[in-house]
Order: sequence, then structure tokens, then C-alpha cells
Amino acid sequence: MTKWIIGAVSAAALLAPFGAAAEGTIKIGVLAALDGVFATGAQDGVKNIELAIMENKGMAGGKKIEFVVAPTDTTPDTTIRQARKLIEQDQVDFIIGPLSGSEGLAMRDYSKTIPDKTVINGVSGALETTFVDPSPNFFRFNLDGAQMGAGLGTYVVEEKGWKKVATIAADYAFGYTNFMGFAVDFCKAGGEIVERYWIPLGSGDFGGVIAALPDDVDAIYLGVGGTDAINFLNQYEQAGGETNLIGGSIMADQTVLTSKGRAKEALAGTPSSGLMADENTDPAWLAYVKRYQEAFPESERLPSPSLFGVGYYLATKAALQALDEIGGDLSDGQKKFHAALSELKLESPVGLITLNENRQAIGPVFINEVVEGPNGDLENKFIKRIDGVTQTLGLSREEFDEKVGLPSRDVVNCEALQPAG
Amino acid sequence: MSLAERRVEREPTAIDRIPAPVWALAAILLTMPAYANDFILFQVMGWTFILGTIALSLMFLAGYGGMVSLIQMTVAGLAGYMVALFGNSGIESLSLFLPWYVYIPLAIVIAAIFGTIVGALAVRTEGIYTIMITLAIASAFFYFSRQNYSIFNGYTGFNLVIPPDLFGVDWRQPVAFYYLSGGVALLAYLAVVYVSRSPFGLALQGVRDNPRRMAALGFNVTAHRIAAYTFAAVIAAFGGILLVWQNSQISPGTSGIPAVIDILVIAVVGGIGRPIGPFIGALIYVLLRTFSPDVLTALDLSGERFKTVIGLGFLIIVFWSPDGVLGLWDKWRAARDKAEDPLRRRAK
Repeated sequence: MTKWIIGAVSAAALLAPFGAAAEGTIKIGVLAALDGVFATGAQDGVKNIELAIMENKGMAGGKKIEFVVAPTDTTPDTTIRQARKLIEQDQVDFIIGPLSGSEGLAMRDYSKTIPDKTVINGVSGALETTFVDPSPNFFRFNLDGAQMGAGLGTYVVEEKGWKKVATIAADYAFGYTNFMGFAVDFCKAGGEIVERYWIPLGSGDFGGVIAALPDDVDAIYLGVGGTDAINFLNQYEQAGGETNLIGGSIMADQTVLTSKGRAKEALAGTPSSGLMADENTDPAWLAYVKRYQEAFPESERLPSPSLFGVGYYLATKAALQALDEIGGDLSDGQKKFHAALSELKLESPVGLITLNENRQAIGPVFINEVVEGPNGDLENKFIKRIDGVTQTLGLSREEFDEKVGLPSRDVVNCEALQPAG
Repeated sequence: MSLAERRVEREPTAIDRIPAPVWALAAILLTMPAYANDFILFQVMGWTFILGTIALSLMFLAGYGGMVSLIQMTVAGLAGYMVALFGNSGIESLSLFLPWYVYIPLAIVIAAIFGTIVGALAVRTEGIYTIMITLAIASAFFYFSRQNYSIFNGYTGFNLVIPPDLFGVDWRQPVAFYYLSGGVALLAYLAVVYVSRSPFGLALQGVRDNPRRMAALGFNVTAHRIAAYTFAAVIAAFGGILLVWQNSQISPGTSGIPAVIDILVIAVVGGIGRPIGPFIGALIYVLLRTFSPDVLTALDLSGERFKTVIGLGFLIIVFWSPDGVLGLWDKWRAARDKAEDPLRRRAK
């Protein structure tokens, strides 16, 4: 008997989503990597989408806004499958997501097969997604990995006096890109990279790398995130490591700062850069954090929004603002929506964001430093904000292609960028 | 002599022996494009056929050869990579853009050679050690493909891998792909059924049941087992090629450890007693993977816990029937036969 009840309930549940969206409703599909190393970040991303929709009172352009989440696991395969499910089965109007770099590249290619729909990037940060062969209906309102790394190199050379570093970064698209942003800046400011280590995403054991780290460096650049960063920091601390750290954009993030264990002890004093600062004193940011904290009970959210959360928040805000501008008119292959998104001037909690000709964000970068907050939590202390960072890091497209190139393990040739003499 | 009597004398042909449920299933599958939407055809059924084909190769090794190999997904992944490498992809610096009649056979041959080499290593082990050695090679392949940029293009892999425009058909259209993957799955199924009844297949089952006695009878036990790996690798390679075409891209995660384990789960949940088992397992797996977040949301629970639903689904099946869904079916049939009076064919 119980068997049949379970069966009936599951069958009913399976059939439920087949109903098409009601008239006057706009349905958003959300791709979030709820499985794997970035699960916490992805959860925060979904929370921030909820928040953005709540702020708009569940409406945009006179239509009701609904969203459906499709979980991914950071592999492009799963992302494409889930995207297809959102478009074909759930019949969403547009997609917000994905979260990680390689997923973003896969979605750029997939979006070309659905020209009359729209993809607004969640927080994935591979440079190529909007730089090489960009897709006309793929929009990115967050900075790419290289942009997020900009400014940090100059800061550590000039303010901290760290000129010789070893680097450890994640061996995939975002790892290279984020590293590149740091390295271009760092080398230009006269820094020297002694040794580079690349570690696979989700590897867990960093004993080998920690043992091989050179002793005579001023700092170690750490370009890993999520559970990888926590594992590295724990193991580094246990191995007695004491060198200064420089954080990549997803390293000194709320998801890492709030982790339990000894990871924290290694982190204090670490500068990093990213598309946000926890302790930003801008009233727009403070108001956003307040709304975030009020919207969800403390057990279900992070102390303040994470980088992933902010990324998804920006994407959702942009979508809703564009929908308001066009009165929710998604007819004619969403042409009006595409145009509105391209022209959008997004006054966001982190500052003004506009798009370039590749539909890639131009926006502010924040330099932060990890400090211990009043209640023992680690926090990112806001150091400075650099506005209007472009995709080519302030260089012209030709200059960028010639001197830097596309991110890969060995793309940044430090000597070529170092100032003469 | 009456007509009726003459009819009795006729030997039943192979077609007569096909039971009614098979006709019904064939009719449903053939006419499915008439009433199912593109998503069901391409994503649900296409993926089911592909995973079923790959799991079928494991079923052949485990069911007829007694060898539980975790290498099948890796073989499929390698075939997919070879299609991307020798055929067309968005990575123009690596792909060779050979014509389809070169790169498809080449991919299958390379995958078969790889499967044979792994088989040659693995057949000298038994039981859990076979699992361990094949798992070790599978994870080695995963990490190699992720770190190697000169052949496998590292973490990003290959994108825009699309099937050739054969006979003027775009094989990535849902209906075309449905029939393509279904056709390949059917051929693989028939090949396994045929081989299992051939002298080679019977000898393989003999090797499974008693290798020492088969050796004493003059059969080369090792050679039979390695040949079984080769055959299974060819089947898995077909599945891998379809998989890369369906996703239009391949990356290390395609044949990562979770995917390798998924193939084992599919085969076990479906049942490794008969070749139909893997396809049943694949359908259950695909339905759970695709719809579990919706089930949770429909029940007003957090969609984030979709993995729990998948796990529970498998747990329930394996708990009730260690032989998978096929075992449940057999149990039900046995119970029905017992309830029936064998002489009068009627319930007691």
C-alpha cells in the first residue's frame, strides 16, 4: 500500500512541472552549481536571485516573475543538459547562470543555438566567454576573472613591498584568467614570479605543493576557492607555513572566511581583489547588505553576501531592470530585451556597471584585506575601489592581443611586462 | 485433415516466439516522436539509450564474463575524445577535421585497443581487485585528460563537436537523434544477445562459472576474457560517440569518477542478468537525474537536496531487490506462477 502512495505522489510531482507558464508570467531558469566545490556559493547565488525578485515585489515590466532552479555540478556536460531542460521542458524565457568558468564557455556555445532566448551569466568568469567568438544573446554583468584580479599586483608591490612571489592557482579556465589579471598588473609594477603551481579543481590534498614551495619568497599568491581553499589553508597551517598570502578573487570570500577550523588563522592580513568588498562604506552597498540580512534567517544565509551571491544578484537586477524598461515585452525573439540589456546602465550596490560591445561588464574592482572583525569573524577590510576596469585591463585590444594573449598556464610572460631596467 | 491440425504441425518461427510485451514496447518506442516532446525525445530517451548502451557493455562483462569493470565509461569517453580530435570541434588548433568515414572507425578502433589493453591487465585479477584496477585506470585517465592540453585540451575539453550531415539529415534534431541513438542501442542489444548465444558467448559463460574446468577442457580462459573486453569496448565506444554528439562537447568530467560510478549504478539498478537490464536502469537514472529537483520543489521542499532523492531512489530499488529491477520482475513472475494451478492455468 505504502508503495502505491509513494508511487502516486512521485508521479503527481513529476507531472506537475509540465504545465506551461500562465499568461503574464515571465519564467527565469537558474543554473547554479549546487553540487561540488562551489555548492555554498551557488546556494547564496539562488538566495540573491530571490532577494532581487523580492525587491521588485515579484514583478517586472508588469508581469509576474517566477524562477526555477536547475542544479549543475560545474561540469559543462551537466550544465548543457540542465540548460536544455530549462529551455525545452520548463520553457523558461531566459536563463541566469552558470557559476563556473568552463560552464560559461559551454553556455556561450549553447546560447548560439537558442537565438530567440537570452542567457545572462551568473558569475562565471572565463575571459574567452565574452572575448572570443562572443554570442549575441549572452550577457555578462559581472567582471571576468582577469578584470577581478586587476589592481592587486600594483597594490602588493607598492604598498606591501612584496616583489617576489610563488603562485598556486586552480588548473582551469577561471584559475588562469584570475591569475592573469593579477600577474599582468604585478609584473607591470615590477614584481617577479619565481614559481607557478597549478592544482586540479577539487584535489583535496595539497601536501606535495606545500612541501615544494620555495622559502625565499615575499608572498604566495593563492588562486583557489571553495573547499579547495579551505583544505589548502588547513594543510598549510598544519605544515607550519608562515609566508604572507595574496588571495585570488574567490579565495578570501565569505564561503572561505566563515569556514570552521584553522584555515582562518592563516588568512589574516591577506590582500585580495574582487568585484565587491564586505566593508564597503557606500550607502548603496550597506543598504543591500541590510536587505539581504533581513530577507533570510541567520541560519540560512552567510553573514553578508558572497561574491557568488553578488554575481547572481547583479544578473537578476539587470534582467529585471531591462524588463521594466521594455514593459516585459519578450516577443519577436526577445529583440527588445537584448537591446535593453546591451544599453543598460546598472546602478548596483557595487557601483555603476555598463556593457562593452561584447556584452561584457565594465565595472569597479575592489582591493580588500582580510582582518579579524569585532566578533571574531574574519572580514574583508575595504582598501580601495578602482572604477571602470575594462576587459582588456586598460590596454587597447591590439596591445592586449600582442602583449598578453588568452589565459593559459604560461601566458603571462612576466619579463616582457616588467618595466625596463 | 482439417486446417487447424495442419497449422499445429508448422514449426513456430522466430517472429512467432517474440512475446507480446516486446511488440508493445517496440510499437511505443517507434511511434514515440508522434506524441512526446523534443525534450523527452532528445534528452530523456536519447540519454537513456546512450547510457544504456554503455551500461550494456558493463552488463556483458559482468553478467556473462563475471568481470565487474569500471573502465566502460572511460572507453566511451576516449571514443568521444577521439571523435572530437580526429573529426570536427570548436578547438581548431587540435581537431584534424578528417571525414566521418575515417574518424568514426578510427575512434572505435582506438577505444577497442584501449579496452583490450585494460582488459589484458584486469583479467588476471578477480572480483574486488578487478574493480580496483579498472577504477584506478579510470581515475588515471580522468586526471590525465584534465591536465593534458596537447591532446585532450585540459579542463575545458572540446566544444562544438557535432555529428556529420549524413544523407542530408541533421542528426542533432531531436527526432533524428532519437532514432539514431535508439537504433544504435538496438543494434548493440542484438549484438550482445547474439554473442551470448554464440560458441564464444557460451564459452565465456563457462569461464565465468568455472574457469578451471574450462581450462581443463582446452579453452584459453585468458583469451576469452580479453576478447570479451574488446567486444564490450566496441559497444561502449558507440555509446561514447553518441554522447559527445548529444552534448556537442566533451570534457574530463564526461568520464570522471562520478560518471564511472553512475554506469555501475545503472547496470546494478537495472539488473545484470539480461541485456535489457541496463536500459531499464538507464531510464530510471535519467528520470531521477532530470526530475528530482522538480519533485522536491513540487513537494515544497528545497530543490538543493536533489541528490538525496536520487540516492533514495536507488537505495529503495537495491533494498527491495538486490538483482535490480529485473530481479523484481522475475520475483513477480515467480509469485504469479506459484499462485496459478499449473494444470488448469487458473488461480487456486
